[in-house]
Order: sequence, then structure tokens, then C-alpha cells
Amino acid sequence: MTAATAALKKPLGLTGEMYRRAFLDSLAKLNPRLMMRNPVMFVVEVGSVLTTALWIQALIGTGEAPAWYIGFVSLWLWFTVLFANFSEALAEGRGKAQAEGLRRARRETLAKRLKEPRHGAAFESVPSTELKKGDAFLVDAGDAIAADGEVIEGIASVDESAITGESAPVIRESGGDRSAVTGGTRVLSDWLVVRLTAEPGGGFLDRMIKLIEGARRQKTPNEIALNILLAAFTIIFLVVCVTLLPFSLFSVQVAGHGAPVTVTVLVALLVCLIPTTIGGLLAAIGIAGMDRMIRHNVIATSGRAVEAAGDVDVLLLDKTGTVTLGNRMATEFTPAPGVAKERLADAAQLASLADETPEGRSIAVLAKEQYGLRGREVREIAAHFVPFSAQTRMSGADIQADNPAFRRIIRKGASEAIRAFVEAEGGTFPPAVLQTVQDVSRAGGTPLVVAENSEVLGVIYLKDIVKGGIKERFAQLRLMGIRTVMITGDNQLTATAIAAEAGVDDFLAEAKPEDKLRLIREYQQGGRLVAMTGDGTNDAPALAQADVAVAMNTGTQSAREAANMIDLDSNPTKLMEIVEIGKQLLMTRGTLTTFSIANDVAKYFAIIPAAFATTYPALNALNIMKLASPESAILSAVIFNALIIVALIPIALRGVKYRPVSAVQLLRRHLLIYGFGGLVAPFLGIKLIDMLMAAFGWA
Amino acid sequence: MTPNALLQISLYLVVLLLLVKPLGAFMARVFQREKTFLDPVLGPMERMIYRVARIDAGREMDWKENAIAMLLFNGIGLLFVYVLQRAQQLLPLNPEGMGAVSPDSALNTAVSFATNTNWQGYGGETTMSYLTQMLALTVQNFVSAATGLALLALIIRGFARHSVRTLGNFWVDMTRSTLYVLLPLSIIFALILVSQGVPQNVSPYEKVPFLQSPRDTSGAEVKEQVIAMGPVASQIAIKQLGTNGGGFFNVNSAHPYENPTPFSNFLEELAILLIAAALCYTYGRMVGDTRQGWALLTAMTLILVGMLVVCVWAESGSNASLARLGVDQMAGPGQAGGNMEGKEVRFGIANSALWATVTTSASNGSVNAMHDSFTPLGGMIPLIAMHLGEVVFGGVGSGLYGMLVFVIVGVFVAGLLVGRTPEYLGHKVESFEMKMASLLILIMPLAVLAFTALAVVMPDGRAGIANPGAHGFSEILYTFTSQANNNGSAFAGVSANTPFYNITGALAMLIGRYWLAVPTLALAGSLARKKLVPPSDGTLPTHTPLFIFWLIAVILIVGALNFLPALALGPVVEYFMMIH
Repeated sequence: MTAATAALKKPLGLTGEMYRRAFLDSLAKLNPRLMMRNPVMFVVEVGSVLTTALWIQALIGTGEAPAWYIGFVSLWLWFTVLFANFSEALAEGRGKAQAEGLRRARRETLAKRLKEPRHGAAFESVPSTELKKGDAFLVDAGDAIAADGEVIEGIASVDESAITGESAPVIRESGGDRSAVTGGTRVLSDWLVVRLTAEPGGGFLDRMIKLIEGARRQKTPNEIALNILLAAFTIIFLVVCVTLLPFSLFSVQVAGHGAPVTVTVLVALLVCLIPTTIGGLLAAIGIAGMDRMIRHNVIATSGRAVEAAGDVDVLLLDKTGTVTLGNRMATEFTPAPGVAKERLADAAQLASLADETPEGRSIAVLAKEQYGLRGREVREIAAHFVPFSAQTRMSGADIQADNPAFRRIIRKGASEAIRAFVEAEGGTFPPAVLQTVQDVSRAGGTPLVVAENSEVLGVIYLKDIVKGGIKERFAQLRLMGIRTVMITGDNQLTATAIAAEAGVDDFLAEAKPEDKLRLIREYQQGGRLVAMTGDGTNDAPALAQADVAVAMNTGTQSAREAANMIDLDSNPTKLMEIVEIGKQLLMTRGTLTTFSIANDVAKYFAIIPAAFATTYPALNALNIMKLASPESAILSAVIFNALIIVALIPIALRGVKYRPVSAVQLLRRHLLIYGFGGLVAPFLGIKLIDMLMAAFGWA
Repeated sequence: MTPNALLQISLYLVVLLLLVKPLGAFMARVFQREKTFLDPVLGPMERMIYRVARIDAGREMDWKENAIAMLLFNGIGLLFVYVLQRAQQLLPLNPEGMGAVSPDSALNTAVSFATNTNWQGYGGETTMSYLTQMLALTVQNFVSAATGLALLALIIRGFARHSVRTLGNFWVDMTRSTLYVLLPLSIIFALILVSQGVPQNVSPYEKVPFLQSPRDTSGAEVKEQVIAMGPVASQIAIKQLGTNGGGFFNVNSAHPYENPTPFSNFLEELAILLIAAALCYTYGRMVGDTRQGWALLTAMTLILVGMLVVCVWAESGSNASLARLGVDQMAGPGQAGGNMEGKEVRFGIANSALWATVTTSASNGSVNAMHDSFTPLGGMIPLIAMHLGEVVFGGVGSGLYGMLVFVIVGVFVAGLLVGRTPEYLGHKVESFEMKMASLLILIMPLAVLAFTALAVVMPDGRAGIANPGAHGFSEILYTFTSQANNNGSAFAGVSANTPFYNITGALAMLIGRYWLAVPTLALAGSLARKKLVPPSDGTLPTHTPLFIFWLIAVILIVGALNFLPALALGPVVEYFMMIH
């Protein structure tokens, strides 16, 4: 199960309060000016008003049908509108709750504005809203950061849980890739001098609040295209229903008996036929898509980006952290000829005891696991630890360096550095070891050579560990037609081996940031949509070029601005979930559209015989559901039409379950469930409602 | 279905499908301006036409220029047909001395022949001079069909091309369609028809004494009968091939001089679908993937076969009203059985039902039996065939481009179902395409339903109805369905040669032709401009059985949703009233 589907299994997290608010909002949304943005539901509202007028007419004078009947139809038409509004309000509600939390974090902040942009300069306390772009301000331990900015001085640990939900603090410091801070987060220790990079109201937090609240929600391209299709269907059905009145008048005249179809029935038929199910839920589906991103701790800057994610053809993945675990691990010791494996392991462990890098630790662990060499304290053996330096390009340990008899100078490092070391000590570098070094490189590993005094002991095989399950993940992506490209700074040999092991489709070795940009352009010229992740300032041009660009929240301000999504967890694997969410959004729209249109067949069978029952009793042969009476048939269809919106709200909010299978399999499955199901379901539903009405004697 | 019917229909379908590839491949060569075996003969003629008409054959035009060229050309043709009808009494080749056609009928006929509808409110042998038949009607039979072919060629290029603005040159496609496709086929076909006994002359009508004189309604003895003559074969050939359908005589291909023998009947039926079917292969060739063409042809054929089965079944079944009277309606050596009213004995039930189904599927509109006399369900099939939007084969050119619009809609929803912005042949389907496709799907039902509604409420509309009850409604519905779909077949029964029906019909035909052609050109223009999206494993293939099934479902559901209520008040209720 992927993380995305796992997250979807989570309950929707709706509280009673949210339901209550959504109910009130759905009433407020009845405002015709708001309704007009959704042509399908606007038609339903007009129909509701019309039938209400007919009901009043029936109450005070002579109506076209019994008042109770018109009233009932009208009531359920109003319900149809309200249910659609409710779904939208409910989808918005969750966002609103989140936005309010964020807004609280922002409101109470005071900023210490510095007269000069340096630590120790005088400052005055001003509300964060009075800060201007370019102002510098001081943040001490315990202070909240007033607004988005760039650290220009200092280093501090920052609690960003307000926006990421992650409680572990992160380090922010001036210069480099960790210099961006976000308004609303809190400095836990030390201090920072921050220069404001965004105007008040335009900061990250503000943008997020706006996004979540949907204030700037615009219709996405695909949503617009779908809306056009739905509007076309609505117009067709409008004409179908309007022309039925003259047809019916004519039929009554030629048949010589019966009454023409009533306006109430025509409005009921119209509302049943127009795609209210998808029309009512469309807004909720879009909002829920954005919301699913947020629940995955990804902030998308536009709905368009979420949609584009579903279309991505190429994923550019950084090797480290995405394809492989962040660190290389020691997996094997290969001794030089004539050297015992145990001796090599022992020396390797001694050389790594004080090496706190993950690689160093993995060497100690391997020695302990394979040869039972217990970890020793550096103090205990009177060793002096020599840390890695750029000049020597080696690390190791000196044991009793002043005692020529027991002198042990142990070093580990790249083969050239060790060759220089042993030759300086008067030894030689055995050709067999050189061979091992080359073999390891070819296999995608990093060889570390271990030497003691003038003798080369052997080679440690440091291996990039490909993440568990990643190969299967890539296979799934391939099935969906998505190409994975690994980007790495490693040399060609190493990259080839890792690419083969991870099962990526392609790789770019010895990659520089400009290579990334070039690669994206190449793919785009071929008509592909490219997604990538990045964090550094030098990633910014590539991020700006990519169609779906996810910036790590730990990244620099420029990277975050160039991207169209920000991953608050800073997890490069998230890209795959983002693609899934994008696809889910489109699939949910597609399935509910199919379902909605397929429903119409049954509604015709319910309403047509009922509408013309008095003119052409022979048409009752079409009443294949054997509905009790013309009135109950029409009411059942209208009630089903309204209730199905409510029944499908969970699918709209959760999204259709995503499956990594080929397009043809997916189409077959969805046609079966939503196409065929959409044909059958209303026959059962309408019959059931009719039976209930008959049982209560309302038919 | 009797073994005889099954055999006749199977033979028809097999021969038709066998001809698809050779003719389709030839037409692809014609549209792509490649060498053909006719070049030595027609090449000089083609170049001469370009020289005389000052056409720069090398210049390509974008969709707007092409649309304007098409509208201008058709407009002038329309005007020409109108003037010729109004002035025919002053012009030569009028041995019967036909007078000027009335203004509304002339307008209706001019529109009808320009739009490839060939709806006939008039009776040919009692209205039109030979000059009008030849110079106005037969010429329009050619150019309206060639217009359809040229439009299709332009539109296919839109689907095949990427990152360009131009679609080709309407004038060149028109010229080549006429010269290389329609003319040779028509000449061969006309000669075969002549061999079967179809007249081709400009003689006055023959007067022949009766062997046994009948009496007219007033009781007076009738001594002789008038036998109409004319340049029939040349018009019938193109009328069938170009999905025109406008007969030389009033009763169209039921007339023994238009369609004398079973062999001529077979060939005329074959000609109805021949070009439209072969164009599917042409399409596959031109977009570089013949599977796409075969997929469309499969979808069309399956829908056609489904309708055929129902129509033949309904017509060969017994009529419940007659069965109650104890009438034997079983097929046997002595009788055809089933419903023979309005059918020619020389064609029988199978070939009448086959013709009715293919002529309405293909926007041809010629008839060899009277659809008005079909059983309710049998007569509903031609209605449904047209209600599907004339995309099951359809008119030459226009049928396939109509089908492509349904493909776009099908691809759009299917794309959403698999979670990807929909794409077809490497083009992304976006909001502009959906706007055009929606418009195209919308217009036909709107025109049909609105004009039908108008006719049933207006006294002028009701005045034309011949039959009482639900059948009268079917007649009006059929009239506007036929015209808005540029089919031209008549249910008969409606007296349609009145100012009301002539003018509303002309409007319906104009809307049905040009309001569809122009947005489809725009759609193709927009597709041509798009960048190529190379297919990946995530792309939904559009040639698989699953997609064919889906396409059929989209066509049937859209058609059913649009017209179920109207059909319920017409043929459906007729049927239930008949069996009760």
C-alpha cells in the first residue's frame, strides 16, 4: 500500500462543528449570484423557485396539480441544491479550520525591527504588519518569527511545527541552503537576524491561508473543459424538456384524451436529467484535491499544479534521499593478498571508531556483526583519532605513535590518497588491491582502502543502499506511463550500477544544476510533462522550468518561490504521491461524470411513462420498474437524484481509489463500476424509494 | 430473419468491407497529392483547372481561410441553383415546358442540394427541366459531396499535424476529390446502370397507350400513360455515391427507371456506404496509424448491424392488428410475409430494410421503399440512425468528421476516467476542443426538437400532417430530423411543399451543414497548432476493443438522451398501441 492510499484510509477528520458550519454555509450559498458560477446547479435553483411559485399558486387557487405533490417535488429540488452546496461547504470547511490555526499563529507576533541590519544594533518593537520588504529584524530565543525572510546573521534552531506539523526543530543559518525562515515559526535557541523578503500579506503563511481558504481558487483548465461539456448537456436537456410541452399538447390533441404534461413534471424531469451529480460535486472534488495535498503536507500554489501532477510523464529524482538512503553503508571487507580478513576488519574498525559520519559508523557495525569485534573505546586503547581532512583525504587512528615497536598508524581513504600514504611510509600498493578497487567502482560502490603503516590491508566496500520497495514503485510508475530519471553527481560507472539496481528508466550522471535544466527542456520539447524536486538556490531555474516543481520546505527562499508546490516534510519521495493525487483528482471527476450521465437512462424509464400516463396509457409498458403511480414515480426519481449527491460526497472528498495499473485496465474497471453501475443503480434506488413511499401509503 | 435475408445482408457487408482498403488507400493518395494511376489522364486537366481558376495549388491556408472559401463556394452554388430553377422556363432543354419553380420551393431545393441533404419537396419529373436537373442538381450532387470530402481532408490533416497553423487548400482538395474520386466512380457506375436499363437521354416523355384502360376517380376512361424520360443514369450514379439521395423521379429509387433490377439495387445500396466506409481507411492512412481508421469503421459497422437486425426483424414480423384478424403473415414460397406495404416486390423485405437503414445511416436519403409505411419499430430505425447524428458512416466526409467529434468527447471522458488530461493522436484535448465538440453535439438535437416543436404548435405545421395520432407526430419529427441531419430521406406523409416547411426546412438544413462544418474546422485548426504529445504507457490507446465499445456507448447514450422522449411520443407509443 502506498503512502497516498494509506493517508486516504485515514478518516476524513470531520467534526460535528464542521458539519454544522457546512450546513449554514450551504444556505448562504443559495445566493443566485454565487450559484451562477455553476450553471448546472443554477438551473436546479431556478427550477426550485419555479416549482415553489407553482406550489403557492396551488395553495391559494387552482394549481396545475395537487398542492402536496408540487410542494413535495419543490422541496426535494431545494434539497438537491442544498446537498450540492453542502458538499462544497464541507470540503471548504476543513481548509477553513486549518487556515484559522495558521492565522492565529500570525496575528500575535511582534517584531524587533533593527535600525541597522546587524546583530547588536538598536531595535524597536513593532507589530509584524508594519514591517516592510527589506527591513531587518532580530529574533531571539522564544520569539516567533514575524514574517518570511532570509537569515543574514546567526544560527538557531527553529520550531516549524506550526506549518509542518513536525515537532523536531530544524536548524536555520545565514548563507547556504538553510537560510529561509517562515513567518509564524518560533526560534527555540540562539538568535537570528532576518531580512524581510515578502511584503506583509504576501508571505508564505498568507499565501497558504489564502490557498487553503480557497479565496483565490480559480477553475483549472480541465475543470473548465468539463464544465463546458456539462453545460452543453444542460442546454440539450433544457431544450428536450421545453419542447416536450408542445409535443405533449399536440399529443393530447391527436389522442383526443388526457392532460398535457405539467410544468412541475417537466422541471422534475429536467433536474433529473441534467448532470446534477457531477455538477453538484465538482467544486467539492477540486477543493478536496487541494486538501489531500495539504494532508500530505504539500502546499500547492494553484489547483492547476495539482492537475498537472496527474499528467506528468517524467519524474526527475535526485539519487540521494529518493532512490537511495541518504548514506552509504559498508557491506564487505576484501583483504589484500596474504592478509587475514579479521586483521583488515580490526584495522578498519579502529580507523572508524571515532568517525561519527554514518559511513564510519557503518564500518564499525559491519566489523562487529561479521567478525564479532566488539566496539572499543578510543581512550581504552590509547589511540589518537585522526579526522578526515580535505588535504590528506584520509582519516584513521594513531596507536602508540611514539613507540616504534608497537607503532600502528592506521588510515582509510580513497585509493590514490592511500597509495601516496604507503609509498611515503616505504611500502607498495599491491596490484590485486587496485583490481578490487576497480571492481567495487564498477559495481556502483565506493571503495575505501585501509592501510596500516606501510602495508595495504584491503578494501572496504561502501555501498549506496537502494531504498526498500523503490524498484516496485518505479515499476508501478512505468505501468502508469511515467518515466523515472535518476539525477546524481556520481560518475558514470557508479550511476549505471545504481540505476540498474533501482530499476529507473534513465539516469544523468555527474549532473550539474544546469544539466538538470537542459534535460527538462529537452523532455518538454518532446512534449513531455516533467516533475522534479529541489531545495538549493541552484535548483531554482530548473524548478521554474519544470511543470510540477516541488521545493523542500528546508530549501532556500528562491527555490520555494520558483516551485509550484512546497513539501513541508521535505521528503523527496513525495513526488510520487503528488502524481497519484493529481491522477485521483481527474479520475474522480471522470467517474462521477460517467455515473451521472449513465443515471439518466433509468430516470427516463421512471418519468416518461408517468408524464404521459393520461395521454398514452400504452406507454406504461415502459414502466419496467413497475412504479406504483405517476406521482410516486416522479417523486422517487427526484428524491433519488437528490440523495445520490449525498451518497457520493465521501467519494468526492476522498477521491476514487488509486490503482497503479495500465490505462486500459483502469478504463475497464471504471467503466464497469461507474458506467455500468451508473446504469443499474438508479433502477434499484428509484424502485426502493417508490416501494417505501407505497408502504407509507404516499404513492 | 430468414436465411435469404441473412444471405443478402451478409453478402452486402462482405463486399462493402472488401472494397474499403483499395478505395481508402487510393483516396489517401489523392488527398496527400501523391501519384495515382489516373495522373496521366487527369493530371493535365487538374493543372488546367488551377490555371483557369488562378488557384495557387502550393499555398496552404489556415482553418479560417478554408472555412471562408467553403462558405463562398457553397453560397454561390446555392444562388446558382436558385436562379436556374426560377428561370428554367426561359432556358433550353425543357421539352416538357416546366414552369418556374415557386420561390420557397426553389430556396428549399437550392439549400437542399448545396448542403448535400437532397431533401425533395418537389416531384422531379413534374417540376424540373432537364437543364435544371443536369446543370443545377447533378452539378451540386458532385460539388456538395466534394465539399464534404475536401472538408474531411482538411480536418484529417488537423488531426495528423502538429505545431502548424495550416490545414491545406480547400480549392485543391475540392478539385482533386471531384476529379479523382467522384468523377471516375460515377462514370463507371452510370454505365453499369445504363446496362441495367436506366435511361440516359434528353427526349420528351413517352406517351404509351394502356393495354387495358383504367378509370380515374371521376370515372372517366384513361387511354394512355406518360412515361418520364431524362438523363437519369448520370444523376443516379452520383446521387448514390455522393450520399446525396436526391432522386430524378419523385419516388426515388423505388422507381423502375432509377433502380430497375436486383443487381442495380445491390450496386446502389453499395454505393451509399462505399465512400464513407473507405474514408475510415483513408483517415487511418493519413494520421499514420491505420488501426485508428479500422477502429472507427468497426464502431460504425457494429452500430449499423445492430440497427439492421432490428429493422429487418420488425419488418418481417407480423402486424399484431392483422394477426388479430387471422391474416397469415408468415413468409413462405407464395408470399414475402411480414409488412410489404410501401415496399417494391422486386426488392422484398430484406433489401428494403437494408436500404432504409443504410440510407439513413449514411445521410444519403435515397429510398427504395416508403419509410412511412414501415412498422412502428421498423420506421423508428431510420429515425434513430439519423438521431445518432449521421456519424454511422454518415455523409461522404461529413460522417467521419462528425464521428471524430464523438471520438473527442469519448477520449475526454475516458481520459478523465484513467486520470490523465485526455489526448488523441498526440494532441491534448483541452477546453477549446471541448467547446467546439459540445457545440457540435448540441446543435443538431436543438434544431430537430425546436423545429418539430414549432411545427406541432403552428397551424401551418399541423396542416401538412397526413396521418392522425402518434404517427402524425413521427412524420413531423422525421421531416426535421432528416433535414437537420442533411439526410434528405422523407418519411412521406407530410405535405412538405408549403412555404412553412420549405423555409423552416431550409433553415434546418443550413444549420445542420454549416454550423457543424465550421466548428469542426476550428477544432481541427486548434489540434494542428498543438505540440505533439508522444504516447506513453499511460496514454489510453484508441484502437482497442474497449475503446470501440466505449465510443459506441457514447454515441448511443448521447443519441438516446436527446431523443428518447420524442421517440416515446412517436414510434414507441405507436408500437405499444399496435401490440395492445
